[in-house]
Amino acid sequence: MNNRLCRPFLVFIPFFIILGLFQLAPLVWVVINSFINNDGHWSLANYQQVVSSPFYRQAFTHSFLVSIFSAVAGLLIATIGCASLRHMQGKIRNIMIAFTNMTSNFAGVPLAFAFIIVLGFNGAITLILRKWGWINSFDLYGTQGLSVVYTYFQIPLAMLLLYPAFDALKVDWEEAASLLGASHRYYWQHIALPVLSPALLGTFIILLANGLGTYATAYTLTSGNYNLVTVRIANLVAGDLFLQPNLAAAISVILMSLLIFITCVNQWLVKRSYHVY
Amino acid sequence: MSTKRAMAYHYSVTCFIYFLLLIPLLATLVYSLCDQWGATILPSGFTFKWYIQLWTDPRFLTALYHSMTLAVGTLILSAVLIVPCVFVVFYYYPKLDTGLNILTLLPFAIPPVVSSVGLLQLYSDYPLLLTGTPWILVGCYVGIALPFIYRAVNNNLRALNVHDLMDAARLLGASSTQAFFKLILPNIRKGLMASLFLSFSFLIGEFVFANLLAGANFETLQVYLYNMQQNSSHFTSALVISYFSITLILTLLATRFNR
Repeated sequence: MNNRLCRPFLVFIPFFIILGLFQLAPLVWVVINSFINNDGHWSLANYQQVVSSPFYRQAFTHSFLVSIFSAVAGLLIATIGCASLRHMQGKIRNIMIAFTNMTSNFAGVPLAFAFIIVLGFNGAITLILRKWGWINSFDLYGTQGLSVVYTYFQIPLAMLLLYPAFDALKVDWEEAASLLGASHRYYWQHIALPVLSPALLGTFIILLANGLGTYATAYTLTSGNYNLVTVRIANLVAGDLFLQPNLAAAISVILMSLLIFITCVNQWLVKRSYHVY
Repeated sequence: MSTKRAMAYHYSVTCFIYFLLLIPLLATLVYSLCDQWGATILPSGFTFKWYIQLWTDPRFLTALYHSMTLAVGTLILSAVLIVPCVFVVFYYYPKLDTGLNILTLLPFAIPPVVSSVGLLQLYSDYPLLLTGTPWILVGCYVGIALPFIYRAVNNNLRALNVHDLMDAARLLGASSTQAFFKLILPNIRKGLMASLFLSFSFLIGEFVFANLLAGANFETLQVYLYNMQQNSSHFTSALVISYFSITLILTLLATRFNR
């Protein structure tokens, strides 16, 4: 390589130092140390402990339950919403997209506080629903409550990710389908949804990963009392009890492996699904 | 379905979804402006006292100052580090684009809690004692800003005729470095600014790294918010609304720049 091509390469050095120190090095540490037991030897003890402990298995079950529920519900609401949003006038639509953008930032600690006010034990909506006799009590601090809060922050994210994909649906397709006698439902089932399926699958994975990785919302809402994977990891490295970073590393590796596995299945499904072009 | 009925359906669906999204925000706003809202459906007593109490609390102002300086400092560093890299990849080594693209997604794929496990072990001891200082947050936040800045600058460069511009500049006697600073940089300024504002609202909303790695030693807005949960919920509501207004202004500025 001559000098002209070599010099520009120098700009990468500081960039890779920062990225290496704060992104790659911790990841490498986690992967290596997950295979080292308490005596400092190579072993699978950490993994065995996670797999055999009902407590950690429950954390995974909870995390997946809440994440899958919120991803499906968020995706469903966002799909219905995007389909209608497309029919709005330009100006209203732009305001609504800007608002979606804004609410997608509304997550974590502030969101948990807002939900305590609305749906907490003495929250305004809880009181209204109780007065109307729709619910006896609503447990914001358990599976039910977390699913609602998670769905809330998944909706704007799903809408932002899905909305551009709806441009692939041409207006004349719906007209052509109805001219040929297709019902509204038939059009959605056989034309619109197959065309949208790659985008829907892709968005679902991002929502699922987003739900599984969420820590701040659940931690604030339940003060770490609800058993989730991220809460367990954080407790093992920064909790009040004795710390077990290597066990936390093993849980982290399992979580990331599951995410990679889901992403691969998803890629395979996307490849098999319908393609417009 | 007639068009009128269809439109009525679309309007009601959109309104309903946005109403659902608005409820928590509206309730927090009302809560922050009233004196009492106990076990009743409607609040009572309009007041600004929670806002006054918040904005005169020195601990809040310190946390705000911490968050602001941290975010601004990180973004200046990120821009200085990332923009030249994106340009060099785009102009000299287009083949590296895919690799860099994957690298930018890394911070997204690894949950911050997982990174923290490694970071806490690596940087809690001599020679790199970084935990409990803002410096470790600066390092992590560059990773958070990376995808936004990379996307924006890359998209902007694509829209420019970079190769012709650079050739013209060199023909007129400018060096590549001069051409980058005087020609390319002014042309990507708008997109870069928009991505910086977007990253800014993400950075001041970051809680996991701030709480686990710096904690009480360098209290940011989010950590302060978390630590205030024992306080009156009217007070925390005023805090949430103040925080949200700051993000709102930044998002508006970002969209302004994006036009």
